[in-house]
Amino acid sequence: MAAQELTGAEIVIKALVDQGVDTIFGYPGGAVLPIYDALFQQNKIRHILVRHEQGAVHAAEGYARSTGKPGVVLVTSGPGATNAITGLTDALMDSIPIVCLTGQVATHLIGSDAFQEADTVGITRHCTKHNWLVRSAPELARVMHEAFYVATHGRPGPVVIDIPKDVQFEKTEYTASPHITHRTYRPRLKGDIEKIREAVDLIANAKKPMFYTGGGVINSGTVASQLLRELVRLTGYPITSTLMGLGAYPASDKQWLGMLGMHGTYEANNAMHDCDVLINIGARFDDRVTGRLEAFSPHSKKIHVDIDASSINKNVRVDVGIIGDCAHVLEDMLRIWKSKARRPDKAALADWWKQIDIWRDRKSLSYKTNDDIIKPQQAIQRLYEMTKGREVYVTTEVGQHQMWAAQHFHFDEPNRWMTSGGLGTMGYGMPAAIGAQIAHPDALVIDIAGEASILMNMQELSTAVQFMLPVKIFILNNEYMGMVRQWQQLLHGGRYSHSYSDSLPDFVKLAEAYGATGIRAEKPSELDAAIKKMIETPGPVMFDCRVDQLENCYPMIPSGAAHNEMILGDDPDGASVSEEGKMLV
Amino acid sequence: MKKDETIERHTISVLVDNEAGVLARVIGLFSGRGYNIESLTVAEVDQAEHTSRITVVTSGTPMVIEQIKAQLDRLVPVHRVMDLTVEAKAVEREMALVKVAGTGEKRVEALRLSDAFRARVIDTTHSSFIFEVTGAPDKIDAFIGLMRPLGLVDVSRTGVVAIARGPEAM
Repeated sequence: MAAQELTGAEIVIKALVDQGVDTIFGYPGGAVLPIYDALFQQNKIRHILVRHEQGAVHAAEGYARSTGKPGVVLVTSGPGATNAITGLTDALMDSIPIVCLTGQVATHLIGSDAFQEADTVGITRHCTKHNWLVRSAPELARVMHEAFYVATHGRPGPVVIDIPKDVQFEKTEYTASPHITHRTYRPRLKGDIEKIREAVDLIANAKKPMFYTGGGVINSGTVASQLLRELVRLTGYPITSTLMGLGAYPASDKQWLGMLGMHGTYEANNAMHDCDVLINIGARFDDRVTGRLEAFSPHSKKIHVDIDASSINKNVRVDVGIIGDCAHVLEDMLRIWKSKARRPDKAALADWWKQIDIWRDRKSLSYKTNDDIIKPQQAIQRLYEMTKGREVYVTTEVGQHQMWAAQHFHFDEPNRWMTSGGLGTMGYGMPAAIGAQIAHPDALVIDIAGEASILMNMQELSTAVQFMLPVKIFILNNEYMGMVRQWQQLLHGGRYSHSYSDSLPDFVKLAEAYGATGIRAEKPSELDAAIKKMIETPGPVMFDCRVDQLENCYPMIPSGAAHNEMILGDDPDGASVSEEGKMLV
Repeated sequence: MKKDETIERHTISVLVDNEAGVLARVIGLFSGRGYNIESLTVAEVDQAEHTSRITVVTSGTPMVIEQIKAQLDRLVPVHRVMDLTVEAKAVEREMALVKVAGTGEKRVEALRLSDAFRARVIDTTHSSFIFEVTGAPDKIDAFIGLMRPLGLVDVSRTGVVAIARGPEAM
């Protein structure tokens, strides 16, 4: 029996359904009209209409990061595709699985500078894991399924499928299966067992060990987080995490030292510097984490578990590199640890913890409050305390507020924290919160924002209102691009070149103009009641939290400095940046 | 941590699916990450399987060379990456077409030297030759160097192709 013929547009929908997709984020336009027509005539896939294509990709990232499933985006050709570029690059840097469908002008028009034509596969080649231009409908279903496979296997990432308009109309049989065996791309999941043994030996014999984990643990799935917890507790060793890895290990646990890196805790960074065995699971020795490479953890033997072979020995030379999926490798590590009845060196470990406690007592995240003005750290701390125990998902924009959120909002579960780590994309937070809220309709989803960042994708508040998504936009409003201002203070003689947020809108009125609720808090005494009101208000809320304008984000490793050369909040005079450091960002 | 900063030259073979954009992807990887390309050749090698073989000669520190191989290997259409400088004993060849114009003594000398290099004359006029010369890149460099004072006017080189010795496939 011959299979029924479908149009390319219908094939797109059927392939999405076969992949288990129930939600897509998109914006229509001329070159995707046939797909939008097919969407109109079905009810299996929900389409979330954003207000800008960048918002569609960030929303899909929030959806993906909070569920572990791939996020799906549908945009038109030309400007639709180019507007998506920032989101795609963001997803590439942070290893978020995204399948982005872009419309393209008809095949016979390609290369003619047609209306809304852009060389989408050319432009997105550098910001996707892979991309395809589908030249005929019979290829379409296979490419769709291959795209989902590539986006979600190995190190996850964004992929683009560019579909010319005539291909969307072309009829053909749908034969492809969603389960594919890829011709070339078959990333390995299991690590080399000999290397894992070697790693376990190093771990067991360590005197001053340190776990350093990253977003790879989150990407590997909740099992990886459970296995990580088991291994860390079994060893009794201290653990820190990158910005992307927060939540994989519970922040409430006593072995947790807080985040590491440029704005990491004093204890985490000093322990990284002094440790003798460094166990990197699913992190990538990013420059925000390592500081000056020559001075990075100089005395340690280094173990690195990563699914991406190109991450190993890229920035930091390691002693044992294990290519594999975090969950698989952790499982093997645990099995070998238990079978050999390994015991850590209790006496050495006690000394190590004693040293760590000395660093901890430095209380590097402390800040001084007063009755007149809200401290940004205080606002986040109150937000955390008052939402504790709820199902909370937090997204952020980029800047000081992002670092304060990472420092003062604590996560005990993976997939609850969504932030633009690698690319540092201002404007990420609100659309990401929309994506997370779509995936978790009953959860409390908060975008911790700055007044500058929020304006970059402000239009998405309209999306939140349309779909009745009760996202809470918590703006730490200091009237400055705070991180830019802080660097200008520390590195450029206090010349605040164009970092003042002039002519700000009235965020309360702005929220109301969109049909959302606006709340403002200006004094510490108003904070708790205002936060309570925000939580209790149904629908989207924009919270204008007026905070200390000149507060700096500490502790801080200045550019070009080492982990043990931190500036602390109560000792800002220690701030000095080498000429070489000034070259770094 | 002491880094090995010596620059090494490596010849790397990459077997890829012959799909649209695959060469752009490989070249984009090199330019985007700031790696060197000394030479790059590509052609389909198996029509039935739609596979192409890219031979790239690159240089960098050992850490960079390791990165290049890992980065190539994670490209989706790549079947296999082989470092012919470390993984196997390999033979390398390059071909060049070399045009030399001149008359009299110089013309005779060019022809005499071409014989020493086993270069073939594939076109001639009363005042010019085109030589076809094959060999390792340094042999071709040497030949071109010798032709320069004898009326060298044009050179076209294929870039390096290479293959591992012995009975095994890549």
